[in-house]
Amino acid sequence: MGKTLFEKVWEAHSVRVLPNGQTQLLIGTHLIHEVTSPQAFAMMRELGLTVRFPQRTFATVDHIIPTDCTGEPFADPLAEAMLQELRRNCRAAGITFFDRDTGKQGVVHVVGPEQGITQPGTTIACGDSHTSTHGAFGAIAFGIGTTQVRDILATQTMALGKLKVRRVEVNGSLRPGVYAKDVILHIIRTLGVNGGTGFAYEYAGEVFDHFSMEGRMTVCNMSVEGGARAGYVNPDEKTFAYLKGRPYAPAGAEWDKAVARWRSFASDADAQYDDVVTINGAEIEPTVTWGINPGQAIAIGEKIPTVSGTPEGERALVREALEYMKFSGGEPIKGKKIDVAFLGSCTNGRLSDFQEVAKYLPGKRVADGVKALAVPGSQVVAARCEELGLDRVFRAAGFEWRAAGCSMCLAMNPDKLAGDQLCASSSNRNFKGRQGSVSGRTLLMSPLMVAAAAVTGSVSDAREVFGK
Amino acid sequence: MALAKIVSISGRAVPVRGDDIDTDRIIPARFMKCVTFDGLGEFMFYDVRFDEQGNRKAHPLNEARYQGARVIVSGNNFGCGSSREHAPQAIYRHGVRAIIAEGFAEIFFGNSTTLGLPCVTVSRADREALQQLVEGDAEVEVTIDLERKTVSASGKVFPCDIRESARQALVSGHWDPIAELLESGAEVDAVAGKVGYMGR
Repeated sequence: MGKTLFEKVWEAHSVRVLPNGQTQLLIGTHLIHEVTSPQAFAMMRELGLTVRFPQRTFATVDHIIPTDCTGEPFADPLAEAMLQELRRNCRAAGITFFDRDTGKQGVVHVVGPEQGITQPGTTIACGDSHTSTHGAFGAIAFGIGTTQVRDILATQTMALGKLKVRRVEVNGSLRPGVYAKDVILHIIRTLGVNGGTGFAYEYAGEVFDHFSMEGRMTVCNMSVEGGARAGYVNPDEKTFAYLKGRPYAPAGAEWDKAVARWRSFASDADAQYDDVVTINGAEIEPTVTWGINPGQAIAIGEKIPTVSGTPEGERALVREALEYMKFSGGEPIKGKKIDVAFLGSCTNGRLSDFQEVAKYLPGKRVADGVKALAVPGSQVVAARCEELGLDRVFRAAGFEWRAAGCSMCLAMNPDKLAGDQLCASSSNRNFKGRQGSVSGRTLLMSPLMVAAAAVTGSVSDAREVFGK
Repeated sequence: MALAKIVSISGRAVPVRGDDIDTDRIIPARFMKCVTFDGLGEFMFYDVRFDEQGNRKAHPLNEARYQGARVIVSGNNFGCGSSREHAPQAIYRHGVRAIIAEGFAEIFFGNSTTLGLPCVTVSRADREALQQLVEGDAEVEVTIDLERKTVSASGKVFPCDIRESARQALVSGHWDPIAELLESGAEVDAVAGKVGYMGR
């Protein structure tokens, strides 16, 4: 019987079975950042431990970084302390740090792939739940807590129970104006925010075959919003073409050997899955969240759910969401006036996201009263956009063009909502207070839908606004 | 590493109603601007407990009768979202020693277990019964027994569940795996050599 990619990668990286039944799993690549690593280094010092594989550990600074290029020290002393702590820890341990002056700094899940560090058939961990992003390359990538960051720093392994595998097949083709973001919002809406608990999601089908690597990353990124700790796409020619020539990708004779090895990890045709779900891609519409978790999503033409029209078990949550969002059940989502538009994050802060929006922006202006931010996911993305003149397109349309970072996805830097502002956001979480204001409200959507909301001043169907 | 064997936890319980309580709610991101977990207990569920002006909101977590509760009783998919260990750290440092819920998000569950903070699941009906019990009388002592896999309160006994590997780790005092992980250095090197991309 054949095996899934997940099983093959798991077996190749299993060190041993621990007494409690978990597996001691080798983590080939460890990514760290300033928020979840300082306590791990402190624990190491306390236990007298050193970093076991510094050459397989890569760091960047993303969550707390101001995006308005004010230089150092940062105005926020707490943010400054976190940056300095990471610098100190990396220097002491000999860890490669994609710092602000390297031209390679950025959101950790943008940096790994663009540097060619993220590779098929590998295990990757990072103290950040969106580590699932790296699964787009056929890696098994886990978000972890700080104690596990310590475990991996000290041993390059972690203790983990094996996940089941659900194949999520999206077949057919997407309609114009429907993007990877809509696909994952649709999947989460369909399977639930905890539907993936205990599973890794294997994304497959014609829609994924056709997606660019960046589209695959967008979907894998939000696996965790559906409860799945990991999500992946089997590696194919697109994966290899993306990696070829990247700084950390194998080169020369090593390249062919690596590709052969990578290919062997793809799920076998006769692999057995714990579950299979099939979705018709043609049925997916541009999708927008209306509530306080990423599963509370509707197609742009649909109405916000009512409490009475909701199954009994979910009514309390719908009621809580409507109250927080200040929406009434039965209203259309289309036409809701927005205050802020945020384009960026590890979900949708890559080159293709800015390229796609920039195609439609010329001749359009951000609506009066709307604050619109365009935040590249990395310095590399920013530089490439600037080479292509995309920054000028965004600026001309009234967007603020910022420096790389997580920015308003979680607002640990100065980019925050104020009061109960409503934000059209290309990020990944619409939790209460997520974007930095206790009463701030987030609507998740694709980058082009964010742009449509920005230029009309209200939630809109991008296909109508931009004539797609 | 000799750790305490966590076999049963007893104490008063506070109801935190709702499903899908995410880790941003447990510890808002602005409190993660720190290089240590010290002091996080104070900020547990901060925006649930306080309004924008810092006034206390009406919530069981603010009620005098629930102060010192060692158990949280909540809904489904507790701890979803961010992998921040700051969330279970804040809960633990607030004095909570166990969580009972209908279900837990994967990463939160693992992070909690590693701190020695058991997370057990009960059915929806039993969750409701337990919340009503402690809402009626905050003095009720709730006991989670990880050997028998039960939650008992006021003479009633409810079945509870917990992933077997976590249960084993807790009752045997191996919930922090670092000592075991450190044991197999030679095997780690062997596997690292075999995977073919780790460069040594």
